[in-house]
Amino acid sequence: MSASAQSVLSARGAGVSFGDRVLWSGLDLDLAPGEFLAVLGPNGAGKSTLLKAVLGQQRLTAGELSVAGRPPGRGSRSVGYVPQQKSMDAATPLRARDLVALGLDGHRWGLGRRKAEDRRRIAEALDAVGATSYADAPIGLLSGGEQQRVRIAQALATDPEVLLCDEPLLSLDLGHQRAVSAIIDRRRREHGTGVVFVTHEINPVLDLVDRVLYIAGGQHRLGAPAEVLTSETLSDLYGTPVDVVTVRGRLVVVGTPDSAAGPCAHHDPPEPERRTPVRSAVGADR
Amino acid sequence: MNDLFSFDDYGRLLGLVHNSLIAAALLGVVGGLVGVFVQMRDMQFAVHGISELSFAGAAAALLLGINVSLGSVLGSVLAGALIGVLGVRARDRNSVIGVLMPFGLGLGVLFLALYKGRAANKFGLLTGQIVSVDTVQLGWLVSVSVVVLVGMAVIWRPLSFVSADPEVAAARGLPAGLLSLVFTLLLALAVSLAVQVVGALLVLSLLVTPAAAAFRVTASPVLAPLLSAAFAVVSAVGGILLALGGTIPISPFVTTISFVIYLVCRVVAARRLRRGWGSRTGATAGPTPATAPVPVSIP
Repeated sequence: MSASAQSVLSARGAGVSFGDRVLWSGLDLDLAPGEFLAVLGPNGAGKSTLLKAVLGQQRLTAGELSVAGRPPGRGSRSVGYVPQQKSMDAATPLRARDLVALGLDGHRWGLGRRKAEDRRRIAEALDAVGATSYADAPIGLLSGGEQQRVRIAQALATDPEVLLCDEPLLSLDLGHQRAVSAIIDRRRREHGTGVVFVTHEINPVLDLVDRVLYIAGGQHRLGAPAEVLTSETLSDLYGTPVDVVTVRGRLVVVGTPDSAAGPCAHHDPPEPERRTPVRSAVGADR
Repeated sequence: MNDLFSFDDYGRLLGLVHNSLIAAALLGVVGGLVGVFVQMRDMQFAVHGISELSFAGAAAALLLGINVSLGSVLGSVLAGALIGVLGVRARDRNSVIGVLMPFGLGLGVLFLALYKGRAANKFGLLTGQIVSVDTVQLGWLVSVSVVVLVGMAVIWRPLSFVSADPEVAAARGLPAGLLSLVFTLLLALAVSLAVQVVGALLVLSLLVTPAAAAFRVTASPVLAPLLSAAFAVVSAVGGILLALGGTIPISPFVTTISFVIYLVCRVVAARRLRRGWGSRTGATAGPTPATAPVPVSIP
């Protein structure tokens, strides 16, 4: 129990299934403070459902989950959430600073004036992600990479113990992918924030990742990247021969039953089952 | 031109429309503030749909000889409740509105056809009748406005969050469905106010145009609602003041002022964007440049 007492997120035999369809089950996990966990797997494997469970939006059908020592609750300040980059409407009447502020007090009813301490926290959060220079620019006029930095500032404004990221690098160029990952990495090292990072592309964050949770076909493997991202482990998980090869220093998975682990998986039809085996990369930069 | 405008007895006329001016100013404030969320939540079509059902309610009240304001409020709130409950998602919402609107309008036409009273009363429901606001009606308008303004103040911040950033708001545990329903009901009340002042056909000029104009020129969450309300007040009050001098009804003045404000805001925004609105204040914040050559991905 000492491990779970220290961990910021812990799962014991946790599972979610919809009717007969098991997304994942028997998940035992202890996320240490400052640990960087990457969650990989094909589309529909249940990666986002795991985040929803941690956020208290999805009930487990088996086992237990605890976040910062408490059961997952809606609206917990201990959890920060960074969604996929989606361009916001250019005419949204919010500046970067206001989006961060909503992360801090957007749930409060009434109009009350923002406290000086909250304003300071907002400024600090923006500064920590290097967004101070565009803090007063309309959010809809920022680039995708800038918006993602602001979203991280928003997620960190409450000083959470766990940071959940759902494909935060999607549709960012390589430079912004590096910048955004570096911000998350610095945060977890300096503040001991545990990071759960759902991604299709492991390569941009491979050097930062402590452990990988690979979910596929109702099963999962958890361990260091060198243990999980191997031909043996993934072949075993998928139940079909899969090769993990290194091309120019980048990990590429070849021969998964679907291409969903590939970089363009979000363009695939929802159920890409049993197509001819295609080569797919766990992260190719476009 | 002299047939249309004569400002000879202007001072005396102003005294007569005292109530109407108060009503218009109030409606401007309510419409401008509610309009901010109409814009953020893409609910322009809902405004139109609710106003048609509000018209049906008012027409029914006219026929039955009861308070027209009450009829208009009931029609609106019924429409708002149906839209709020049946159409939580945007696409559902638009189809629900598309189904309700012609039905409501048809009922309204039926009630008016059955009504044997003054024709001006009928026309007023569609195109506005603000000059005839009496003290009783003003009491109604003020009470409903207070309800809407207080309601908006309470839900303002969570509603902003849910409207601008639904995913993160959901992750923070905000009740999106409840906020949507409450806002739709407040919107319905605001629409019923506007129907009584500018008429069912022209509601959009006070609930959509001012906020759309304000969003063009500011992204400040404080300035945007203030500007929107100011634009709506100028349109409504200005429309009455201009119409007093002539024989033309108020509505075309209100809609024209509000449209001109919108055009001016667009021009201002276009010029600002060309000069680089939202550009960075410092030079250091650019994206980290990719130092290594980008590896060629496997096809």
